Formats: sequence, C-alpha cells, structure tokens
Amino acid sequence: MYSENFQKSIAAVEAAREKNIALEPERMTAKQKEDLLAAYHPDYKTDEFDVLKIGPNKGDKVPVELAEMLQANSRITADSVDLSNPDYETDVLIIGGGGAGSSAAIEAHEAGADVMIVTKLRIGDANTMMAEGGIQAADKPNDSPAIHFVDAFGGGHFAAKRDLLKKLVCDAPEAIQWLSNLGVEFDKDEEGTMVTTHGGGTSRKRMHAAKDYSGAEIMRTLRDEVLNREIPVVDFTAAIELILDENGNAAGAVLMNMETKELLVAKAKTVIIATGGAGRMHYQGFPTSNHYGATADGLVLGYRVGAKLLYAETLQYHPTGAAYPEQIFGALVTEKVRSLGAKLVNGNGEVFMHPLETRDVAAASIIRECNDRGNGVETGNGLGVWLDTPMIEKIGGEGTIEKRIPAMMRMFEKYGIDIRKEPILVYPTLHYQNGGLDITPDGMTTNVENLFVAGEAVGGIHGKNRLMGNSLLDIIVFGRSAGKSAAAKSKNVKVGKLTLDHINAFAAEQEKAGIKTEKVSPCLLPDYTRRK
Amino acid sequence: MNKMVNIFLVGKKYEVPENLTIMSAMEYAGYQLVRGCGCRNGFCGACATIYRIKGDRELKACLACQTKVEDNMYIATLPFFPLVKQVYDIETVKTTEAVMMQLYPEIYACVGCNACTKACTQGLNVMQYIAYAQRGDFEKCAEESFDCVMCGVCSSRCPAGISHPQVAMLARRINGKYLAPGCGHLEDRVKEIKDGSFNDLIEALMQKPIEEMKELYNTREIEK
Repeated sequence: MYSENFQKSIAAVEAAREKNIALEPERMTAKQKEDLLAAYHPDYKTDEFDVLKIGPNKGDKVPVELAEMLQANSRITADSVDLSNPDYETDVLIIGGGGAGSSAAIEAHEAGADVMIVTKLRIGDANTMMAEGGIQAADKPNDSPAIHFVDAFGGGHFAAKRDLLKKLVCDAPEAIQWLSNLGVEFDKDEEGTMVTTHGGGTSRKRMHAAKDYSGAEIMRTLRDEVLNREIPVVDFTAAIELILDENGNAAGAVLMNMETKELLVAKAKTVIIATGGAGRMHYQGFPTSNHYGATADGLVLGYRVGAKLLYAETLQYHPTGAAYPEQIFGALVTEKVRSLGAKLVNGNGEVFMHPLETRDVAAASIIRECNDRGNGVETGNGLGVWLDTPMIEKIGGEGTIEKRIPAMMRMFEKYGIDIRKEPILVYPTLHYQNGGLDITPDGMTTNVENLFVAGEAVGGIHGKNRLMGNSLLDIIVFGRSAGKSAAAKSKNVKVGKLTLDHINAFAAEQEKAGIKTEKVSPCLLPDYTRRK
Repeated sequence: MNKMVNIFLVGKKYEVPENLTIMSAMEYAGYQLVRGCGCRNGFCGACATIYRIKGDRELKACLACQTKVEDNMYIATLPFFPLVKQVYDIETVKTTEAVMMQLYPEIYACVGCNACTKACTQGLNVMQYIAYAQRGDFEKCAEESFDCVMCGVCSSRCPAGISHPQVAMLARRINGKYLAPGCGHLEDRVKEIKDGSFNDLIEALMQKPIEEMKELYNTREIEK
C-alpha cells in the first residue's frame, strides 16, 4: 500500500492504463539516442572522471573512485611476505567464486588440472546469483548467431572487440546445452521448446530464463557441481596481490583471511581473475543492484602487475532500480518486467518511451523525465517513475506475475505492495561494469602471460553498453573457456622464482607521478557502518 | 526524522531508526559485516536470521536484508549452518527415489512437525517438497522448492536432522537434466554451429566497416 502522497499519481496511471497498454511507443532514432545519452547518461559527466597518471592505461579516464583504487598503495610491502614456502600449490588458481569462476573451475577440473577457488565471501556470493531476467542464446529457427552479433554490437555502440563478441554469440547455444546437462531448469513448454522473450535492444526473442531466479538457478547448480567434484574452495579469503615469477608471468597470489587477517601464499601455474563487478564502489553516488563484494578488486590486482584495461570508463546503470520503498532502494527490478509488457509511465500517467530501448538509453531517458522534464514522482528518497506492473496481468492473464516473476512479487510484497495490482517506482541503479581487463579470445590478458580473466572483470566483450542476458551468457562462455585454456596452458608452464617486485615498481611510479595517497587497495568490502 | 526503536543484537541493546532493515541496523550500530551478508537483495541466503519479539512465544526466521526492524526485537544471525551436502556424479546418478534412500535417507525420518515450513524465509512449503522427494516425485519437489535461497533456517529447526535445501537441490538437478523434456531446437542449433553453417555470415560481420554495421543495426527488423 502506498501512502496518501502517491495516490493522485497512481490514479493518473490507473486511468491511463488501458490506453497505455494499447499504445505502441516509437523507438528513438540513432540521433535521438546519441543526443539523449550525451546530455543525461552518467558516463558523459566529465567531472566524475579522473585521468590515470600511472600504469598501463596512463592518460585514460576512469571514474574518480576507481582511479583512486587503481593508483592506491598495496595492502602489503614486497618484503613482508615469505614466498619461499607457499601454503597452497596448484595448476590453476581461480580468484572469485561466482558464475565465471565456478564455470572455469569445472572445466579446468574436467581437463584434468589441479584447480582451486579462493573467494573473499562464500562461493555463490556474486552478481550471478542476483541476475534475474535471463540469458541470451540464438537457438530459435528465426534467429542466428549473426543476428545476435548485430544486436549486441549495436547495443554496445559498435565498440566490442569483434573476436570476443563472435565467441560470445557462437558459443551461446552450447552454453545453454551445457547448463541444461548440469541440470539447470530453464523455462520450457511441454514439448521442450524454450520459453523466450525480448530484452532491451534484442531483435529476436532469445532470452532464456528460469522464472526470475535465472542467475540463482545457474549459480546454485554450478556451485553444487564444484562441490560434487570436490574442488577446493577457500572461502572468506581474498586475493590482495598477484604474485609474478622472475620472468614476469603470473604465478599465484597473496591471500588474506577476511576474518583473522592471516596472510597466505598460493602458488600456481596459471591464474584466473574472476572477481566480478564494481557496483559497491557507488560511482557518482548511485545506489547499486550488485552484491556486497562487488568492488572492482580484479581490475586493481591486474592493473598493478601491468595488465591493460579496456573501456573502464563505461558503466551500466540499470534503468529500473527500485526507488521505493527505501529498504530496497537500488535493488534490481528485472528487465523481464518490461519484457512481459509493463511500460514506463511518468508521474502524470504518460508513457514517455519505448520500454525496450537498450539500458543506457532507458536509464538516460528516465533521468531526463525526472530531472529536466519534471515529470518524476517524489519518493521521499529522491525521484522515480512508474513501472506499470499491473499491465502484465492484463496482457498475459491473471497469474502471469506469480508464475514468471515470483521474486519481484515477493520483494515488494514484504513492504505491502502487491505488484499485480499496484505499479512500482523505479530509478536507475549502478548495475554493471562494461569495461575491465583486456583479453584475447582464449581469456588470457593481452600483456601478462599466464594471467587469465573471465566474467564481469573482462572488458571489450560487449563494448560500451551491454544487453540484458548477455552477461549471464558471458560468464558461462568465457568462464568455461578460461578454465579450459588455463588448464591447457598450465601443462607447459615451469614457474620461476616468485616475486612481489612489482609492488616496489608501482610505488616508484606513484612517486614519480607525484601521487601521495593513504588509500590501500583492493577495496574488498564497502564500509556502511555509521559515521559518528 | 525516523522514530527510534530498541533492538537486541546477539543480546546487546542498540537504538536504531525504525525504517532500517535488520542488516542496515547492524551497520548503523557499527558492525562492519563480513559474514552474514551477501547479495543484500534476498537471493543468496547469507543473512538467515532468527528473532523473537519480546513477550512473544514464537521464534521467527527471516533474511536480515529483507526485513525491517521492530521494537524489542531480539536478533540472532545464522551466517552459517552445517547442512549435509552429499557428493554424487550427476552423469550416473539414479533418477528414482532410490537416490534419496542412498544419499539422504534421513528424509524418511521426517516426523511431520512442519517446523521447516513455518521457518522458511521464502514462505515455501518445505515439508511438502520433502514429501515429494520421499516419493521420488522430483518434478513436483523441484517446482515446490524452486524459490529456495538455501539459507538453512529450515534445517536448523528440524528434529530429524534433514538438510532440506540440499535434498531439493538434488531433485532440481535430476529434474532439469533427466525428467524435463529435451529441447530439439537447441540441439539442432548447436549442431549447425559445429557444422559451420553460420561461418560465412559471421565472417562477413567481422570485416564489415563500422558505417555499414551501423546501417545494418539501425534498419534491422525487430520481431514483434
């Protein structure tokens, strides 16, 4: 139930509902989208970015919060850790226990390598677990990997590395098959045909889902498989610094027990960074839909040993974060809500855009509607627009919401809002790190030997914006591939003497550039304790 | 200004604003969380919590990130519960109730007390899905348990020592892999890709100048 303040606006939304359902809003032209993004998208606010003064991307702009972490001090000194007596030795060391790390672990294990996962929280504490809407794959007769390629390339502003995108779309159907064979329960009809929908910017209905627990269903299955294979998972243990060998190749990591702060050394023939995203950095003060540990750690670890970043200046703000009630401020309201027919409606009950524009365009459009146009709804915690969920029941029939988006229904129900009968308030929330470490199609970084990356910590697969359903896909495709490549590579690696000399080299660069900072990185966890 | 309420974190009293969730109330009180905090959005089950309102007989369970504080709430978080997870090979696992007798025989010791269902933080009918598992009806067990976040509160309340979330996990994987109908169009497409049916189309896109790609994208036909 909404309080009195909202009732006038809700009445306008209700009055216009029938008319708004029938309406087919026009999609924006390329020029309209360009102008809208330049004026309203957070990536275009130049004063929120800093130029990197040191490291492989010296001269590039990244968000100020990220620049601070990339150029901060190591948490250790080079001589404070004894590398001669490693606590763990393995072929493949995987940093991160989300969807990409778990997929990599399963494939590396399948290939016969010794593999271990270290993760600063628990296996499965990851953005994968929270992905609601679905996973793309061009597996219907009216679709093809080529059409998928064009959708993703255009949606990402023609900036994706084409060899990475080719791999993403061509390996997609097999990724779905692999997950099905592991026991992931995709939504199918009685004949086994996948129930698929549109996402923003798709030209074919290729979004596969498991209700609106798509990521959770995938993640818990991958986790179960990792445990069945008895792959060691060292949890509550963060990687805080990579270790190179004397030849400059990746050869392990310094680990820190998150509770006791004990330092440990892991030696490995190959290392996979699968640390995920950065929502908890709260760029530009945005709330986030991300899990607690999403703090860009992998980018920092890689950058300090000299790995290059690509498109780290581009972030994805999901257009529909919960704007009300405040207890779930910033939480994800899946795009699937719009796939199922709900439209975005302003405070006066007017549909102001096509509901399935790409995410960057939709986010910018909502920001414009609330700010310059003054058509937002005051939530008590900022502004928002309506997402008219009752439309779904009118279009799909009663019961559609409970069957297709039960998590959304439950999330709002806890605060007395029945999304089958009442619309919900949304505003953009920090959702995805488009950029990350630069890799080749086998998953290895372009300039640090034996260092692989998979998942959200990679840059370049999607370009400068990502379509819905392509990140669950990328963690599976590139996670599996990194696991296979790292396992194969490890067979021919002879690790030289371990060193942390790069810490001193980085410090020397800092000094030369005049960087004086008290900050240490990686960040590991945000601090939400009350400032007294 | 929000009204303040008294809560008791692991027995100690703190005064916090009434609009906070239990999780943000702990942070307000000064806790820097490491355990008991994962997705903060109700999907990961890291923040299972048991509480009692002073004077109330009933113990309640919830997810700390999804539940508002109340006055005189006594809160104990359950960041870890020792569930039993049996190891099996999904490629060779039996798909009948025999698998339950083999891996999770304790489900047949269920006394029907329904404490699991009463405790479920997701409002699932846990005892019912265990009954389906007992009978080897894995499709129904999968459906009934689908929204489980594996927080473990059900198991903490079970007198028979059942690890409900793991039983359901097994049932869902068996259902997804063996019992759900196969997908013909998926198999066809995987084969077409392996046979190289799309190679020419894709290679043409790899070389195409950006302007032509823009034209292709901006004029593409969108399925209704």
